[in-house]
Amino acid sequence: MSDLRELYQTVILDHKKQPRNFGRLESANREADGNNPLCGDVIHVDLEIEADEVRDVRFEGSGCAISTASASLMTQAVKGKTVAEALRLFESFQRLATSDPSQEQDTDGLGKLAVFSGVREFPMRVKCATLPWHTLRNAIEGSGNVAKTE
Amino acid sequence: MSAARLDIERVRKDFPILQTLARGKPLVFLDSAASAQKPQAVIDAMVDLYSRSYANIHRGVYELSERSTAAFEATREKVRSFLGAAETREIVFVRGTTEAINLVASSFGRARVGEGDEVLITHMEHHSNIVPWQMLCDEKGATLKVAPIDDDGSLIVEEFEKLLGPHTKLVALPHVSNALGTVNPVKDLVRRAHAKGVPVLVDGAQAVPHQRVDVRDLDCDFYAFSSHKLFGPSGVGVLYGKAEHLEAMPPYQGGGEMILSVSFEKTIYNEIPHKFEAGTPDIAGVVGLGAAIDYVEALGLDAIAAHDHELLEYATGALSEVPGLTLVGTAPEKAAVLSFVLDCAHPHDIGTILDQEGIAVRTGHHCAQPVMQRYGISATARASLALYSRREDVDALVAGLAKVREVFA
Repeated sequence: MSDLRELYQTVILDHKKQPRNFGRLESANREADGNNPLCGDVIHVDLEIEADEVRDVRFEGSGCAISTASASLMTQAVKGKTVAEALRLFESFQRLATSDPSQEQDTDGLGKLAVFSGVREFPMRVKCATLPWHTLRNAIEGSGNVAKTE
Repeated sequence: MSAARLDIERVRKDFPILQTLARGKPLVFLDSAASAQKPQAVIDAMVDLYSRSYANIHRGVYELSERSTAAFEATREKVRSFLGAAETREIVFVRGTTEAINLVASSFGRARVGEGDEVLITHMEHHSNIVPWQMLCDEKGATLKVAPIDDDGSLIVEEFEKLLGPHTKLVALPHVSNALGTVNPVKDLVRRAHAKGVPVLVDGAQAVPHQRVDVRDLDCDFYAFSSHKLFGPSGVGVLYGKAEHLEAMPPYQGGGEMILSVSFEKTIYNEIPHKFEAGTPDIAGVVGLGAAIDYVEALGLDAIAAHDHELLEYATGALSEVPGLTLVGTAPEKAAVLSFVLDCAHPHDIGTILDQEGIAVRTGHHCAQPVMQRYGISATARASLALYSRREDVDALVAGLAKVREVFA
């Protein structure tokens, strides 16, 4: 069970049970949908961006504990950040979740998001953790594409 | 007549993979509906062909080609007998159920379905029995109609009947639902469709591993199944079609083997079934399928059906006792497929935790998103049983689900 505890850390279980910033955002001026065609998970991210800053963010959707907690923690992490900072977090998170399990992990600057360090041990679940972030990036970049994990 | 019982421990010894470990624990394989494991006899048949009897078929005049061709064509006869078809020429080898359905959609369907016509399917289809018909309907300006299912996952036969209208040109339905396990009353449904002059294709992918199928008794026009769900290799499947249809249908793909003569002005197509078998097929795959059919016939399809049914009842009882578990698909007539959701955990999380215990289940939408939508869910966990499954597998699943609760409750 040790790997499992590493994956399902208390913070993740807490955010799964009580997702933060869940629902639609009235003041949103950017939005994007994401889905994981492999499993049918769907997520919607609403953003309010003013003067290059993420003023507010919310998400909605149905997914597993990993994707729900990842979305919830993501909204907390990017709220109040500049767009450039949010995109840098996306890069760091992506590295954290997809790095080679035999290599040391770099969790600098990730704060609470480091709880997803265990995901890389579960290759089939990496996409669950990264889907919200791909969707966020699409919302920021306003590409209008549905984010996919494939 | 009571069927001979399967000697499960002996059967399990036939499957090398069941002797292996998963995550350091004895493998508990509960995903046979996605793809079944292979007995040694199938593996040996393929190795033997490649080691001793392999050459291209229907080509050479030499001994090896003769042996290879004989092994390939012997399987066609085995399939004919397995399905109860009238003639071997009604058996077409394809890559799988998906290709079989695509073949019928693009050959039979294109010739038969026109603007304003309708194709009728059911709400419990696998994507492979939706998308080919959607593509056909889009191309022709026809409409795809969907017969509804009720809360337990049974087809609502009266609604199906009502949807059989003057514009219905074809019906496609599953014998057994992959996501719900529902066994459809195919013979009755075919009779109703035929009464209105509508031909029927049956997706038999989930039926053939669990029960005896007799296409002449069902009287269906087409029947499709995949080798890999029947303990044979992947990459091979079968389309049964009534000879009168196959003969009237235009070819599906052009190439070698499907012709009698070719000039730049005109090509004369081969006789059925070869008309539909362009190019060199998966020869060893077909031979492996033949060995799989020999294997299930030797165990006895009645004995397999009795075993699967008994284990399904045991598993249904055991899972019903699990706190917070809801079975999705509880039709009175069911094959050994148990789809479920837990109140405390998403199917993916269930799958990951079970995997740590060496238990393989399928999680997700099972290529049947409309079924998920019907029940207002995005995914289920699915345990599916096969002839090598035993009560201990079900017990391990129940114990694994207790671990899931430990993590999430």
